[in-house]
Amino acid sequence: MVTFNILVAVALLYVAVLFGVAFYAERRAALGFGGWLHSPIVYTLSLSIYCTAWTFYGAVGYAARSGVEFVTIYLGPTLVMVGWWWVLRRLVRIGRSQRITSIADLISSRFGKSTSLGVIVTLLAVVATTPYIALQLQSVTLSFAVFSNAGGQAWGHEELNGAAIVVAIGLATFTVFFGTRNLDANERHHGIVMAIAVEAVVKLVALLAVGIFVVWGIAGGPAQMLQQIDASPISHWEQDGSRWIGLIFVSGAAFICLPRMFQVLVVENVDERHLNIAGWAFPTYLFLMSLFVVPIAVVGLNLMPAGANPDLFVLTIPLSQGRDGLAMVSFLGGFSSATSMVIVSTIALSTMVSNHIVLPVWLSAHKGQGAKVSGDVRSVILRSRRISIAAVLTLGYLYYRISGGGTALAAIGLVSFSGVVQIFPVLLGGIFWRGATRIGAAMGLLTGFAVWGWTLFLPSFGDGAIISHAAMQHGPFGIVWLRPDALFGIDGMDPLVHGIMWSMILNTLVFFIGSIFSFPTPLERLQGAQFVNVFDYSVGSARWRSSVAGAEDLLIMSQRILGGNEAQALFQREAKSQGKAGYLPDVTSDFIERLERELAGSVGAATAHAMIGQLTEGSSVSVEDLIAVADEAAQILEYSNRLEAKSAEQEQTARALRDANEKLTALSVQKDAFLSQISHELRTPMTSIRSFSEILRDGETTAAQQGHYAGIIHDETLRLTRLLDDLLDLSVLANGQVTLQDQNGNLRDLIDRAVDVAGGDGDGMRILRDRSGENFVLHTDLDRLGQVFINLITNARKYCDAKSPMLKIKVGLVAGQHVVDFIDNGTGIQVGNQQMIFEKFSRVADQSKAGGAGLGLAICREIMQRLGGQISYLPGQGGAAFRVVLPNNKPLSNQ
Amino acid sequence: MTGRNPQGVFLERRAYHKRRMRDLARAVPIIGAVLISIPLLWPQGDDGVTNSTAIVYVFGVWIVLIALAALISRVVQSDEPPAAPAEER
Repeated sequence: MVTFNILVAVALLYVAVLFGVAFYAERRAALGFGGWLHSPIVYTLSLSIYCTAWTFYGAVGYAARSGVEFVTIYLGPTLVMVGWWWVLRRLVRIGRSQRITSIADLISSRFGKSTSLGVIVTLLAVVATTPYIALQLQSVTLSFAVFSNAGGQAWGHEELNGAAIVVAIGLATFTVFFGTRNLDANERHHGIVMAIAVEAVVKLVALLAVGIFVVWGIAGGPAQMLQQIDASPISHWEQDGSRWIGLIFVSGAAFICLPRMFQVLVVENVDERHLNIAGWAFPTYLFLMSLFVVPIAVVGLNLMPAGANPDLFVLTIPLSQGRDGLAMVSFLGGFSSATSMVIVSTIALSTMVSNHIVLPVWLSAHKGQGAKVSGDVRSVILRSRRISIAAVLTLGYLYYRISGGGTALAAIGLVSFSGVVQIFPVLLGGIFWRGATRIGAAMGLLTGFAVWGWTLFLPSFGDGAIISHAAMQHGPFGIVWLRPDALFGIDGMDPLVHGIMWSMILNTLVFFIGSIFSFPTPLERLQGAQFVNVFDYSVGSARWRSSVAGAEDLLIMSQRILGGNEAQALFQREAKSQGKAGYLPDVTSDFIERLERELAGSVGAATAHAMIGQLTEGSSVSVEDLIAVADEAAQILEYSNRLEAKSAEQEQTARALRDANEKLTALSVQKDAFLSQISHELRTPMTSIRSFSEILRDGETTAAQQGHYAGIIHDETLRLTRLLDDLLDLSVLANGQVTLQDQNGNLRDLIDRAVDVAGGDGDGMRILRDRSGENFVLHTDLDRLGQVFINLITNARKYCDAKSPMLKIKVGLVAGQHVVDFIDNGTGIQVGNQQMIFEKFSRVADQSKAGGAGLGLAICREIMQRLGGQISYLPGQGGAAFRVVLPNNKPLSNQ
Repeated sequence: MTGRNPQGVFLERRAYHKRRMRDLARAVPIIGAVLISIPLLWPQGDDGVTNSTAIVYVFGVWIVLIALAALISRVVQSDEPPAAPAEER
């Protein structure tokens, strides 16, 4: 006999294995070995979250009550999958080209990146999904109860509720851990996808095992099984035609519209060609999942005592036959179904809530405030996702408690389906009909939502629970035409079919009429053309006017969303493709468009558009753009694009040449300036040395005066020596005649020393450090590296013009290399000068307090090059910032 | 008429065939919907069709749909354009 404790132990072990699988997959993906993660098999298996605990346990109960009708729930998705060429192919292509993060994002993006539509769809999804999550919690707790009852301990309400809480907390932990680890630019979760693929196999194997046991072990073979079916209470075909058609429609539409299905179908899709395989492989999966449902139901009806809950036959039949191992496998199957559904649902919902509700509110609350800390938006998103995951599960749990966890809950599955299906008309209209408008979509969605709420959702709480008994019987305020189960006085239909029919008809009608009589904004029309014609041209989306936004402002904004390192890498890549060095590419409309799309992958289209819009000031779409897109001769556009690509290359070369030329001109000017500067620098000390030595030679001085004058002469010679040393050092470095010494040492000690030499902390400037991050061993020429640090700190002391100067020394890891950033809080260096400061003889301003000849940074650069590292100016940090890329810990080749 | 350039005919046929397979891909869900609706025409109740027959029919249709989809996926696969380079990362 399986004791309850063993069961709990097995369940925990299973969860631990899932953690392991998810963790391993994340690691592999992070290291770039994720090839097998991207196989069509994993994609197909991940789609199986369609089969929840409701279908795992409930399908058998459904079959025991109403015969073959259960199969409609699987036939709808089968038709959608085998017809992938129609809708799914289009959705996946749009999802990839527009970087869609959720179904709310798709609708919002299609209708002019509208925030309000995002909110409507998000709310609809949360309301419709919550009962469904409650259903999963219920099924897991019930299956625990079956085992504890079999072990002799009958579970009461309290134990059930306790188990539900534990399960909810466990699921929240798993989801937060793997669902919000990072803010991926395309919102994919390799660990979770892998874990649900494993769960898909477990639940299929479990149901097949029980089915095979029932058919061959109990009934005695397929032929006998069919005979038994015909002798059972569900022997004959008695199918209500409207339910048959209605349920196939609802399940097919829900298959696309359910937030969790959209997540795995579109968002997590890594390759469009996977649809091709999934088009037949997933129907096969569904086929196998439903193959043994009726046999299990019939055998259960024969074997089990009257009044046994048919929803749990999958568990109770093996238990009653003494097959504890099989029951255990079956339990794991049900457990898998419930957990994978809840995990993906909560991720999808939390993405929607954070991108479409929390973020717009946060942004409008913080509008115009100066504090733009790198990564602040990103941390808001991650935190709001974590909180919304917990909130969604709490809602599910509350719903489970309030509804009492009885059979009322089982009926909610289809009600929940029909709720999300309200998105279906707008979705289809959005991707097939260019005339669909935002106003029409919002009106249609709200109408469908209202009709569904009135006819299906509110009555599902029970007669008299929310809608009064009188209103159910005679309509609200005695208006018979508004009776929840007989709108417009049409009586006698199946309530579910009635609700679905009216909500769909009214929803579609209002959407259609609203679209026809409203006029879309330019952005809506552009997006509409992009979505509907996604296969014709994937280029030419909403073009930003060559704008006033500076590259540095854009970088600051991107850093807020993506975090410092990722944003800098993105900008660096872009600058490189334009043939420029550094972090700031030219702001072309192409670049802004690409950037917006990249950001949309993290925060959704509406928010990304709004944030970029704030910077570029003004509308993105011009009449010319509209004409270009609407132009029948899109081929001309295509051709000119190709020409553009060719000329872009030449432009790149030209730009590089122009840059070089500018640099040369500036350098020659600076060289002249330097020559006069250096003669000045040499002459000043010389003059004072000469005049003071003349005074000394002529005598007639007191001893005190002699000492004073000699001191001045000494100081001036020191200054001369220092200047000559610098010049010598630079020429030695530049000619590669320097000998480097390999040394081992701790970075923290090195920085300590540099700070001390450069005047210490406090004393006019505060130095902020992260000492724990600096604690690692370096293998390089430490004296030379220290020289660079000292130079940077001294520079900050000299040039930082803030009231209370502050220098932040930050150690990090970028692209596998250790970097040390020196960031002060002064005004920084102007964009035009950022290229120049590392050149010899350059000094940004003629500040006399500089006291050097402008050789410091040039020496730093030479040193870093010799060491195999790098030093560069880091724009967009709110002050002057230098990044030192430390050399790799390899032995130095002495040059 | 077509004898002069056999190679051209061969290529032409392949392209033509591919087009028709796409038509089939579009038609499969429609075929499926029709086949699945047929049971609604059956006589109901105790003198009608038994559920064992219904099950065999429904699952039979299911297998046919899967087989058709698998067949199409073999043919259509090759002409799917690879994703635009900008999207590959």
